[in-house]
Amino acid sequence: MDWAETLILLSPQLLLVVWALLVLGLDLVVKKAKDGLAYLALAGLAPPLGAAIYLLARGTAQPVLSGMVQVDAFSLYFTIIACLASGLVILASMEYMKARTRYRGEFYGLVLLATLAMTLMAASSNLIMIYLSIEFMSLTSYVLVGYFRDDPKSSEGGLKYFLFGAVTSSLMLYGMTLMYGATGTTDLSGIASALTGMQATMAPWRFVFLPAILLMLAGFSFKMALVPFHQWAPDAYEGAPTPVATLLSVGPKAMGFAVLLRVLLTAVPHFQFDWVAILMGISLVTMTLGNLTAMRQTNIKRMLAYSSIAQAGYILVGIISIDLFSIVGVLGVLLYLMAYLFTNAGVFIAVIAFSHVTNSDEIEDYTGLARRAPALAGAMVIFFMSLAGLPPTAGFVGKLFVFGAAVKVGYYYLAIIGVLNSVISVVYYFNVVRLMFFLPPPTEERLSLPRFPMVAVLISVVMVLIIGLYPQPLIDLVTRSVTALAMVP
Amino acid sequence: MTLIQVVFVILAVAAIGSAVGVVTSKNIFYSALLLVACLFMVAGFYVLLEAPFLAAVQVLVYVGAIAVLIIFAVMLTESMMSKKARARNDQWWVALVVAICLAAVLLYVVVTATWQVSPAAPPTDAIAALGKALMSTYVLPFEVASVLLLMALVGSIIIAREEKPEEE
Repeated sequence: MDWAETLILLSPQLLLVVWALLVLGLDLVVKKAKDGLAYLALAGLAPPLGAAIYLLARGTAQPVLSGMVQVDAFSLYFTIIACLASGLVILASMEYMKARTRYRGEFYGLVLLATLAMTLMAASSNLIMIYLSIEFMSLTSYVLVGYFRDDPKSSEGGLKYFLFGAVTSSLMLYGMTLMYGATGTTDLSGIASALTGMQATMAPWRFVFLPAILLMLAGFSFKMALVPFHQWAPDAYEGAPTPVATLLSVGPKAMGFAVLLRVLLTAVPHFQFDWVAILMGISLVTMTLGNLTAMRQTNIKRMLAYSSIAQAGYILVGIISIDLFSIVGVLGVLLYLMAYLFTNAGVFIAVIAFSHVTNSDEIEDYTGLARRAPALAGAMVIFFMSLAGLPPTAGFVGKLFVFGAAVKVGYYYLAIIGVLNSVISVVYYFNVVRLMFFLPPPTEERLSLPRFPMVAVLISVVMVLIIGLYPQPLIDLVTRSVTALAMVP
Repeated sequence: MTLIQVVFVILAVAAIGSAVGVVTSKNIFYSALLLVACLFMVAGFYVLLEAPFLAAVQVLVYVGAIAVLIIFAVMLTESMMSKKARARNDQWWVALVVAICLAAVLLYVVVTATWQVSPAAPPTDAIAALGKALMSTYVLPFEVASVLLLMALVGSIIIAREEKPEEE
């Protein structure tokens, strides 16, 4: 492959590096107009997004630079998710960050670098790249969570996140070394072919690979905030600047699923029987524990943190429900992640808009919001409906595919527990709705909401409804992405 | 036992002993010093494995930079040097049980597994080969690592800065 082609294939990542450095560099020079940097960072997400769409339209599917990354419809789909997530986050953080810190240039530079890390996670097809990109994502997240240095909660969240991350990433690295030691390669498809060769000759082979897979799962679960690696999430989400919590809840979580799918389906499909059992347990515990704990929260950011833990449990159902003849489960995972992106980012951005004016994240302060800010309250109802999986929203389509796949392969009880959990989740989502609509507000004063977050909320509402009412184009796109994943040798 | 095996056993005992010391020592300053010792022993393993470059990097980066930084941080932090600082909390026995279980599983894996052994002879010019590999096969991880370090640099400045009111 000639170098020009390599540059074109890696153009989303290269554009992001250049633009992040540009923002960081200009931050040194520009003294007054720091907000210009936010617009610049936002504009910088358009070229990588365009490049990803171009490559997707071209139908690219090939390994790049000695198979370190794989540029195919699957990785490009997640690149699009990463760019959209960061775009919404930058839109949402303009007024919020301006009111709270003077160091804003670095913030937007770091968000762009986080986007780069996410696109690399999505594309990695080698254990070395997977480790590096996860570590890159984590380090950026630690700094972003602890961004408000003088706010003890922000620092505490950052530190807790860091300690958890350090332990899980060392576990993951140990699992990777076991995998490398047993197969002699770090390439994912290389591992799969080594396993095929070994299957016949080596008797107790399970005992190396199961611990290796389990240890690697620890690292991935940390990024997806699955039980038992979820404890950092409520503290980090509560303490972090809310735009950062928004990014963490949709970006790295989706990329964690991308890495998990690629590793499980490309490298260790031979162990499907084992990892399905492990993930099934994790999924059941994750959704139940997330939902039951979310009910007791009084802080809306903590409630959303537990709700996003539960959502990850639902998404896992899609990965579990894979069999040889059906890719509906994986379809469901990808669909769900796109629906979840707009839903969860939307509800978090609504929280940003609210807390920007009132400086509060307590659920009881949302009382009577429907009279003080009808548009915001209405948007939140749509997001909560989507989170709970009610039609005609995007969340319904996601849940339909994921639980449908479970029924199709015969895991009826998994689908039943998933639906029961969705019913439980309605309780705490609609508790907020009840407060907003049916109780009188403490003051009748209208809220003057910040402009840019409301634009982001509007975009999210529109996308949630479009995906919910007319999902066919997205389903076609996702089908192509999943086929690309299955085609990897 | 060959000489290499004798050296290995000595290094292994010293490495594990100092690592246990890092965790159990009551004085955090001793922990830091024992960590230096442990990292030195790991450098010794690299020498035994005929990876002199890695051994040199281990000493330079871990012992020379990171461990010294830790010691400085301990010495400059007043409350850490005082006797009141506790090195363990009430959950130490839970951690012990988990650690022993993990160690048992990993030990079983390491002993029973069939590991891949490369039939090729050790390269005579390992450092040149390493440099070439970093610039050809592993060029993408190499470059990503450089961006990661830049990000870490910017991030550490952000965490360490002082929040001052905006100048208008």
